[in-house]
Amino acid sequence: MSPGGDGGRDGRGGGGVRHLYVHLPFCVHRCGYCDFVTLVGRASDHGRYVDALLAELEPERGALAPRLETIFVGGGTPTFTTASELERLLTALPAADEVTVEANPETVTPELALLLREHGVTRVSVGAQSFRPHLLTVLERRATPAAVRAAVYALRDVGFDNISLDLLYGIPGQSAADLERDLSDALALGPEHLSCYELEAKPGTRFTHTFGNELAHQAEAMEDYFEHVVDRLTGAGYRWYETANFCVDPEHVEGRDLRARHNLAYWRGRDYLGIGIGAVSTIRGRRWRTTPRLGTHLAALARGEAPSRELEPLPPSVKRRERVLLGLRLDEPLALRGLESAVDLAALGRLEELGLAAWTRGGDAGETVALTTRGRFLGGGVTAELLA
Amino acid sequence: MDQERIRNFSIIAHIDHGKSTLADRILELTDAVSSREMREQVLDTMELERERGITIKAQAVRVHWKGHELNLIDTPGHVDFTYEVSRSLQACEGALLVVDAAQGIEAQTLANAYLAIENDLEILPVVNKIDLPQADPEGTAEELADLVGESPERVLRISAKTGEGVADVLDAVVERVPAPRGEPGAPARALVFDSSYDQYRGVVAFVRVVDGSFRRRERLRAMAARTRFEAEELGFFSPTMRPTESLGTGEVGYVITGLKDVSRLRVGDTLTAEERPAEAPLPGYKDVKPMVFAGLYPTDSDDYPELRDALEKLKLNDAALFYEPETSQALGFGFRCGFLGLLHMEIVRERLEREFDLDLLVTAPNVAYRVTTPVGETIEVHSPAGMPAELERIEEPYIRASVIVPKEYVGSVMELCNERRGRYGSLEYLSESRVHLTYELPLAEVVLDFYDQLKSRTRGYASFDYDLAGFREADLARVDILVGGEPVDALSLIVHRASAYERGRALVERLREEIPRQMFDVAIQAAIGSRVIARETVKARRKDVLAKCYGGDITRKRKLLEKQKAGKRRMKQVGMVEVPQEAFLAVLNLGQEPRR
Repeated sequence: MSPGGDGGRDGRGGGGVRHLYVHLPFCVHRCGYCDFVTLVGRASDHGRYVDALLAELEPERGALAPRLETIFVGGGTPTFTTASELERLLTALPAADEVTVEANPETVTPELALLLREHGVTRVSVGAQSFRPHLLTVLERRATPAAVRAAVYALRDVGFDNISLDLLYGIPGQSAADLERDLSDALALGPEHLSCYELEAKPGTRFTHTFGNELAHQAEAMEDYFEHVVDRLTGAGYRWYETANFCVDPEHVEGRDLRARHNLAYWRGRDYLGIGIGAVSTIRGRRWRTTPRLGTHLAALARGEAPSRELEPLPPSVKRRERVLLGLRLDEPLALRGLESAVDLAALGRLEELGLAAWTRGGDAGETVALTTRGRFLGGGVTAELLA
Repeated sequence: MDQERIRNFSIIAHIDHGKSTLADRILELTDAVSSREMREQVLDTMELERERGITIKAQAVRVHWKGHELNLIDTPGHVDFTYEVSRSLQACEGALLVVDAAQGIEAQTLANAYLAIENDLEILPVVNKIDLPQADPEGTAEELADLVGESPERVLRISAKTGEGVADVLDAVVERVPAPRGEPGAPARALVFDSSYDQYRGVVAFVRVVDGSFRRRERLRAMAARTRFEAEELGFFSPTMRPTESLGTGEVGYVITGLKDVSRLRVGDTLTAEERPAEAPLPGYKDVKPMVFAGLYPTDSDDYPELRDALEKLKLNDAALFYEPETSQALGFGFRCGFLGLLHMEIVRERLEREFDLDLLVTAPNVAYRVTTPVGETIEVHSPAGMPAELERIEEPYIRASVIVPKEYVGSVMELCNERRGRYGSLEYLSESRVHLTYELPLAEVVLDFYDQLKSRTRGYASFDYDLAGFREADLARVDILVGGEPVDALSLIVHRASAYERGRALVERLREEIPRQMFDVAIQAAIGSRVIARETVKARRKDVLAKCYGGDITRKRKLLEKQKAGKRRMKQVGMVEVPQEAFLAVLNLGQEPRR
């Protein structure tokens, strides 16, 4: 296991960015709980949008390393994008060791699976969310449980050996038994990777409007769902390598590291380039977000102008704090060297006393801090306490 | 004015029995106030007094009636100000005892009537509000006549509201109230029966000249306080200030002293002239001591200097108010304040909030305890925190409670008094339907919620008054509240051992509801010394995670954490436990329901 302290390397000199995020915002339907930048339908815009992506990427190529480590195509529903346009995009993107595409089950036909497979995609993240029809209805998901399984089979059939499933828990009306069956159904498909998220009532969403009170009410009843998810998955041979992410333990797959490399880059504080509306980039102490407005974006790039971006300076002190908050999400110890000023050492001592954090002084990596299992369950509060 | 033609009198009445209205009518009838100047209840100056229907500060007004000079001396109407009432009465030769024809005699009427009798005043019984449809003037007149030992025919029947009978009252004052005695030729002596503070002119003393006379610009001395000053101005109210060159034997008026500190001239003191001083002061001066104490803290700790300034200003007008800085680890910087009683405390609190616009946190009130240490030293303790761990014995103040109640509620009142460690005193029928009960009760049991309970158990019919009956030894215990093993100073209580468990339990349960869950189990305990008498646990949170965090989420997550961090800073830290200020507020308000 490598310690997660190599974030600064990317920042040095031009051409060092090794991680690319590509946002494809289109969806067949906007789910009630979603607060991402998404657009329903707009098939006629798909071609222009891909043009815009490529136009946005072109001037940035200089910032990219000669060979990328990872590309992540997220959305929206990338696989909802018109097949020919998706194909054009994948062909034009630079090569990378790991290329992940997010997919909604109902879009994964054998043809699409093949298209992805033939255009360098190495990993597919399937948005299953649940296998219980009544919960999928609450979430306004289109796919049926059968469709989730069919999607995974279609991906397997064309040779994908790195499939991730997204699951949600804490859905209004979800019983402990429902959760257990969702986990069992997901495990039955043998995914290499699982992301499990607690459903959040994000402000301003339709879902929060409808279910906000119910979510607040059930909070206590569902308090142990997270623990249950972690117990069940680690019991089934998965590594809980990040707060919400699990991968098959290397010892079951001949040492293969099945962690999402792209996301690891975020958690280790590496630089990344994001293109597409609403996409965020963080490069050399600066962060920017491309405008989330499709019309503005398309028009600007069609005119050959730079996309409109909202800039956020990231002074070193802020960057250090982020390194702490991100690094503590992982199951690997965070090296404190260079981050001392971002950590309240007195608080760290208290947390250690409470059995929430392990503070290792000395050793090859120098001083490190890692959260204990209980500390990880309380990651938010622990991190708030720990930050100087 | 010829001493023989002076009449000094006051009006004593229960709240709402019409004292102020009667005073207004008297002023109107004697042309002291033109109708243009007339506004309701001229004598009560403070906004708060008018609103609560009570009078805090006495004043004296001079009027003329059929060739006589009448000085109407206003008295405060509540037990907390008994001492001030007795000083005011000492300045008079007569008193109008006013009773509402619909309500009958109340506990305060009794208390004040007894005070008047003790001061040897001529009492003129008056039944007021005879115009009310539910009035029982005859029944009330009989009760009153019985109380003061007069025949019912001599009881005056009036309606201060309509003015009916008010002229008869003035005639009766002239006829029945004796003229002031006193030696015009003797060394000057005047009783200070009240004082107030004017920011430009300093302390204004209200005085009754007993012997001799006082002149403007004369050098004066307050005999008890040994304060010396010059009489910058003398005068009387009619009803506004009217300066004069002198005040003679038997007269009532004011003296502007120029003193900048009310504590240098206390009510009850005797003024005399430096040039030819009296040998002995007038009898009866005593230094009033606060009996009820509470911590006052600004809800926003930034308001501490404002609170200090406000208390300083209030104290100028209220010599009985006591305060000293106090620090609480839970509540920050504030003041421990002493009051004459509960009403006094309520008035001070309301004035601070209303006149000074302060948002206050008031701790549960406690009484003054007299503690004997193992080495035989006696100390007075004003707060639970100040109670020494090692002590020989504790004494607590007792009161003589006087309750008047319709007979069907006697059982409920006795039950309440017994619950509150009361000792039965006496039971007496005032009339066929109304009973006068006396009990001795620990003051500590009364400051809590006695009055509310009394009112609710008698459907509001009981009237209550009390006076202090000295200190008695008691089996008291200090109950400490511990959060996560750390004592929370502001929540400590001194209670009788028998109710320690119940009170501790209630506090602990309430706190459990108010303290948010933490990253570890938090024990909330009530303890006497090292013995835990009640315990609750706030269970640790089991999860607190920021679910999802990828490239586009980092800024938002960071800001969320920073917000969470800032929230922590606003918490009060008790050991390792973070307690929101609101939790203290909620718990303190538990023993703090509004009462009167």
